[in-house]
Amino acid sequence: MLILGLVIAAVLGPLYVWQNNDNPTVKRYGIGSAVAVLGAAATPLAMGRCAFEEGSSGVDHLLAYSLMAGGAWLGLIVLQFLFDRVDGKAAEGAAMAGEIRTGGFRMGWWVPWVLLSPTLIILIVFLYLPAIQTFTLSTKLTRLGAPKSVDVCFGNFTELLITDPWKLVAYPLLAVAAIYGARFWLHHSSPNTWSRKGADVASVFAMLSIFVALYAMFSPGGGGQVAYRPVYLNTVIITLGIVAFGMIGGLAVAYLAFRKIRGATVYRTFLIWPYAISPAVAGVLFFMIFDPTAGIFTHLMDSWFGIDVPNYRENAVLAQASIILASGWKILGYNILFYLAGLQTVSLDQIEAAVLDGASTWQRFTKIVLPALSPITFFLLVTNLVYAFFEVYATIDFMTKGAPAGKTSVAIYEIIRIGVKNGDLGRGAAQSVLLFVAVIAITLWQFRSTGERVTYGGA
Amino acid sequence: MAGLSPGVKRKGLARGRSWPYHISLTVTAFVIAFPLLYAALISTQTNAEIFSFKLTPGSSLMDHFEIVWVTRDLAGAMWNSTVQSILVTVGKTVLALLAGLAFVYFKFRGKWIVFFLVLITLMMPTEVMILAMFRLVSGFGWQDTMAAIVVPFLASATGAFLFRQHFANLPAELLEASQIDGASPLQFLTKVLIPLSWNVIAALFVIQFVYTWNMFLWPSLIIRDESRQVVQAALQNLTNVGGSLTYGPLMLAAILASIPPAIVFVLMQKPFMSGFAIGQQK
Repeated sequence: MLILGLVIAAVLGPLYVWQNNDNPTVKRYGIGSAVAVLGAAATPLAMGRCAFEEGSSGVDHLLAYSLMAGGAWLGLIVLQFLFDRVDGKAAEGAAMAGEIRTGGFRMGWWVPWVLLSPTLIILIVFLYLPAIQTFTLSTKLTRLGAPKSVDVCFGNFTELLITDPWKLVAYPLLAVAAIYGARFWLHHSSPNTWSRKGADVASVFAMLSIFVALYAMFSPGGGGQVAYRPVYLNTVIITLGIVAFGMIGGLAVAYLAFRKIRGATVYRTFLIWPYAISPAVAGVLFFMIFDPTAGIFTHLMDSWFGIDVPNYRENAVLAQASIILASGWKILGYNILFYLAGLQTVSLDQIEAAVLDGASTWQRFTKIVLPALSPITFFLLVTNLVYAFFEVYATIDFMTKGAPAGKTSVAIYEIIRIGVKNGDLGRGAAQSVLLFVAVIAITLWQFRSTGERVTYGGA
Repeated sequence: MAGLSPGVKRKGLARGRSWPYHISLTVTAFVIAFPLLYAALISTQTNAEIFSFKLTPGSSLMDHFEIVWVTRDLAGAMWNSTVQSILVTVGKTVLALLAGLAFVYFKFRGKWIVFFLVLITLMMPTEVMILAMFRLVSGFGWQDTMAAIVVPFLASATGAFLFRQHFANLPAELLEASQIDGASPLQFLTKVLIPLSWNVIAALFVIQFVYTWNMFLWPSLIIRDESRQVVQAALQNLTNVGGSLTYGPLMLAAILASIPPAIVFVLMQKPFMSGFAIGQQK
């Protein structure tokens, strides 16, 4: 079975080379094939054949194949980068690394290395090393502070997923089919209006498909499996809630505040200061506001509207909403700051022309301001997502501690609960790997989309 | 941003009366400030006053201050945070300046490999590897030490790239002139580059100071000794004062903990914004 995977890699490697090079030589086909095989063999070499041993399940095989495919793909991407460099296509790469036009210092070869060494040593010891250890830990069962560990291969991962390997294959395929089907349909039903709007609909639909497919793939628990589906759902709800609230609120306030009126700078300072507030303090402040006995919110709801608000720490919807509100409030200042800077770049000529054409305020906003802001929006989307993934930990720890019944336990909170509080390092590391993959996916999506879709109006 | 001079055409948008904007901006600023204003009110009240929902300041601000600052040693935690934030901010800036110097003013084999090694760390937030890092740093015997909350954060891709970009946009003649004078790389850095980089340094200072001061998860894991704890994690101990929840001291502590980053942010707003403009250039 393992061999079959390597043979497939040996065939697909040259195909990739053929697709990405103009006139590839035989040598390049050979290198492509070898790199694909090496990439595919990397994980089995590192882990041994454990996924194919007696007693391993179909899900184990599936994960092993996915990693082989991923390794081959990664190897080929790096190889293509090298080919492009050799071909001189990657002059940009050199420019990116900061070549200067003139000579630079002509000194011993070791001088730049000495200058870079503190940065490199710290990045290697405190980022690369723990990153690699996270992957190795995720294949073991080991306790915090205990020297012993047991290799469990993909065990820490398979217990987070549903047990039927065919469904695990089918769901992502269905999602991909749905995404391409929708793009095709949108394109053909109205070929002339395929534009920003069509692309937006398609990307929202793509995101939804991916969310649903992942939801179906994570285990709901039971039968010795870990109930990761609820954690995933909490993470999606709370993350998207924070991002939506923070960004829409930020844009609205910035749009209100960017006009040149007397005292504009003073207003700005009073609008963006929550940037300096910590997620922990945000948690403390909203902990007070929503406190079921002493908080002003519960009191006012009761005395003004006669509504008896249940304890937010015992009500799933209220608990999630309060976390979203507190975190969204904290990130509001950051978003206002960037949207204010972005609004300075909006072309006023265009707006004036639109006013003369009789466009309504809302039309001006959606047709001119929003498109001009799209680079900032995209940048904020990514930074807000990462914020909502990680910094929310402190807010949750002060407000709900994951209650009720784990309904506010998001991915990072669960990692600490399992890895540190329960001392189960291996299982915690496996969940960390999932979060890692999510971050990498978001970053790559950012790199790709920055070049492709975002309009740099006025910049 | 070309072809747009703010202030000249900006008037076009402010036609008509401005008082609706003043009112709506004041209301918005008040809504945004409400959680903090409310906390300030609570921090002066006794539990009894809080439960009767009085909207007037209470009398126990000084008592709460005594509890928080002296008895619970928030002063100590604030000091620890100050030391940590200054060490991280200064260290990071120095390391980033050196890296920027090496990237822009030297040609050497393997530069692009180093560049990508640094670039890739942008997608490696500490939080995803926090369990392995906890094990690693504990293995160094660094639990409950300042080193544990400073050293891992001394290098940053953001800082190195910020300076790389800034240096690359400076005129090349600067280097030639210094070379004619026979300046060493470090002299070039301190005499020429740093005086031209104060905006970027200030922007990085604000970002890093606020980031370090507001750090919660990592210190709460690696520092267990209360006397060595940083202020954000020390707030956790204040949720329970003398066996029961007292809101006043907690709110006061939260406000006190927010003062240093707020001061840094407000004072350095201008260079922060202009430094960010450099960082945003493609």
